Amino acid sequence: MENIIEVKHLTYRYQEDDPRPALNDVSFNVHAGEWLAIVGHNGSGKSTLAKSLDGLLPFTTGEVTVGGIHLTPETVWQVREKIGMIFQNPDNQFVGATVEDDVAFGLENRQMPRTEMLPRVKDAIARVGMSEFAQREPSSLSGGQKQRVALAGIVAIAPDVLILDEATSMLDPQGRREMLALVRELRQTQDLTVISITHDIDEAAIADRVLVIDDGQLIDEATPATIFAQGERLVELGLDLPFTEKLKAALRQRGIEPPANYQSAAEMEEWLWQSLSNT
Amino acid sequence: MSNFIFGRYLPLNSIVHRLDPRAKLLLSFCYIVLVFMANNPASYLIIIAFTLGSILASKISLGFFLKGIRPLIWLIVFTVVLQLLFSPAGGHVYFHWAFVNITQFGLVNSGYIFIRFLLIIMMSTLLTLSTQPLDIATGLASLMKPLRWVRVPVDTLAMMLSIALRFVPTLMDEANKIMNAQRARGVDFGEGGLLKQAKSLIPLMVPLFMSAFNRAEDLSTAMEARGYQDSEHRSQYRILTWQRRDTITWIIFVVAFAAILATRRW
Amino acid sequence: MAISFEHVSYTYQAGTPMATSAVSDVSFTVPDHGYLAIIGHTGSGKSTLIQQLNALLKPTAGEITVDDFTVTPKTTNAALKLLRRHVGMVFQFPENQLFEETVRQDIAFGPKNFGMGETDANKLADAMLQTVGLDSSYAERSPFELSGGQMRRVAIAGVLAMRPKVLVLDEPTAGLDPQGRQEMMTLFERLHREQGLAIVLVTHQMDDVVQYAEQVAVMREGKLVKFGTPTEVFSSESWLRENQLDMPQAAQVAQRLANRGLTWDALPLTADQLADQLAARWPREGGAHV
Repeated sequence: MENIIEVKHLTYRYQEDDPRPALNDVSFNVHAGEWLAIVGHNGSGKSTLAKSLDGLLPFTTGEVTVGGIHLTPETVWQVREKIGMIFQNPDNQFVGATVEDDVAFGLENRQMPRTEMLPRVKDAIARVGMSEFAQREPSSLSGGQKQRVALAGIVAIAPDVLILDEATSMLDPQGRREMLALVRELRQTQDLTVISITHDIDEAAIADRVLVIDDGQLIDEATPATIFAQGERLVELGLDLPFTEKLKAALRQRGIEPPANYQSAAEMEEWLWQSLSNT
Repeated sequence: MSNFIFGRYLPLNSIVHRLDPRAKLLLSFCYIVLVFMANNPASYLIIIAFTLGSILASKISLGFFLKGIRPLIWLIVFTVVLQLLFSPAGGHVYFHWAFVNITQFGLVNSGYIFIRFLLIIMMSTLLTLSTQPLDIATGLASLMKPLRWVRVPVDTLAMMLSIALRFVPTLMDEANKIMNAQRARGVDFGEGGLLKQAKSLIPLMVPLFMSAFNRAEDLSTAMEARGYQDSEHRSQYRILTWQRRDTITWIIFVVAFAAILATRRW
Repeated sequence: MAISFEHVSYTYQAGTPMATSAVSDVSFTVPDHGYLAIIGHTGSGKSTLIQQLNALLKPTAGEITVDDFTVTPKTTNAALKLLRRHVGMVFQFPENQLFEETVRQDIAFGPKNFGMGETDANKLADAMLQTVGLDSSYAERSPFELSGGQMRRVAIAGVLAMRPKVLVLDEPTAGLDPQGRQEMMTLFERLHREQGLAIVLVTHQMDDVVQYAEQVAVMREGKLVKFGTPTEVFSSESWLRENQLDMPQAAQVAQRLANRGLTWDALPLTADQLADQLAARWPREGGAHV
């Protein structure tokens, strides 16, 4: 598969004399069109990694290539054309005074003529289901709605890669579900590669592949099912325990031995049903 | 922070809302000149009529304006009392002690000052209630355009202003939350002597500044990620077009201005 | 009883054009040392409700009793200060309230406001630091150089230092990673069990509700639509769906098995309850277990 992002030996220190780098010799590839989840506990370096990909933190050692462009201070704006980022705090990335102004912000930066901007903004807002809120100010929107506006801003730019930097962590469960459903949909219609940095087990479960970062180092890389099968250890890695793993632990305490591999809720249900009706 | 009106926009559909922000900004500025030109009952009546007419046309209920005045009431009272006690002699003297003179002149004058305060606050409240913050910023930027000739970074200033206005409600809410948290820790805001009150502001201001700095840092990262470059030219989504209603409003204003010039005591 | 609400209503900016009712006619009682969870959507009135618990907002109608304190619309502010000490409030993202130069000073801030001397307050601060799981080396550090999770612990220590009898928590785990969340919830559970602290928890995490709470209040559009034990509140799937509330995960699995024809004594709400009931009916042959 074609790689849209290649990261080689990336090291980053917030202060030059820092003995423990925030990122330590990290190398990985992102395949075009995949959904990649990056997990790790708070302070593990995963957000630093996301920002490095977009040239928002000037790393000193290592190489980043995005869509064939080698990331340097000269090419950073070209690279940013290819990447759309959504951050954690819905309030702190809402630049415009209203929904439509905010969606237009990125287009204004790219000096798009106004006549082209108008339909594009309208369309992007419609795609995230916010048309009736187009004139609204951010203070009258919920966190989930603000994040959808941020997504519209990215739809308008049509980048190749979408990076969600804990973008759902400040939302309530409903907002989180709606946002994830929307990202899934946009990924299909907009042909996006998605990188999501997260603690949320549901968000990680959607991914094709999961990278685990700990202490600035890449310590694991596997499918969600393989990662989730690690059980109790997941909490140390900065992920929630899937409910099926919690239930398995509780069953083991009661002398029942469930299958060792990871099971989704539906698979677990099926196994329980089979076991119970086999009497 | 819902009891603080200034800086909030009230989305309604009225002629005042639809006016070009440049028209409104210039009007508000000239209005202040007008308020200071008025100096007798007749001219004040004209300007009060003009103000009430504008408020009526905006469809915003008067209650909002009264609430807008409330936070400034002590400033007004202080100025009025100062004017009342220390006016130069003139007219009948009602009371005299050391430096303090309460005279007919002072009484009338402080009455006028009181009215001036009210009018200016009402009009600026009307401006912010009826104009979106970004429109104010766009209007200001447009009016400042000539300053480009003297190398003033008008676009950057306009962006700063627009963001500042955008974050007013956010920071107000934040201030309210912090105040609640500190109240729960036993701080009495607005109680006790001046020194105690000033001291009680520290647990509010320090966290508020910390939060504002953090937000600013996040915001600048987000803006950069979205392709904002300070020195680069940007296209404009929101543009202003001067309409006939703007011209008509100005005609009304010029008539009012002329009427005041005619009726004021020279 | 520790906390009682009787026909409590709250209207924001009552008597102005912007008046909006946030809470209307809410009544419930929580016993001494209770653990109450308040659930409901964003904007359902949860925040207003908890701000009334220590009279940051006084009810516009009705009466609130917290132990020996009674708050009515007419209660004067002077009478409230002791109540504020009695009810500790941990707001959302409490780390935003830190402001002192050192962690110790910040924790001691509350006690000093309520009249405690400097030495005693500092001693108390050090003890509280330990309670929230930070060692004494943090006492002299600036709160602003700590990690987000540590800052939150310091803020919570600052509330605990006022020695409240009721602790109100507004989504105390928001923004923490799973490990931090777990440690935080365990801390509150310990305070509840060991020190008899009454707890009022506002949360969206249904699994936390069923694991920790003894009573649950469901708010919707300013009204209390259900009040009872977790078992009572989570008994009807259709009612929960109508009110757009999530089922706890164990209950979801149990419900799906019930749909296939399995019957439960009582719908299991936690992984342990589910495992208990499963184990009780697990087929005995095969001899894999004792």
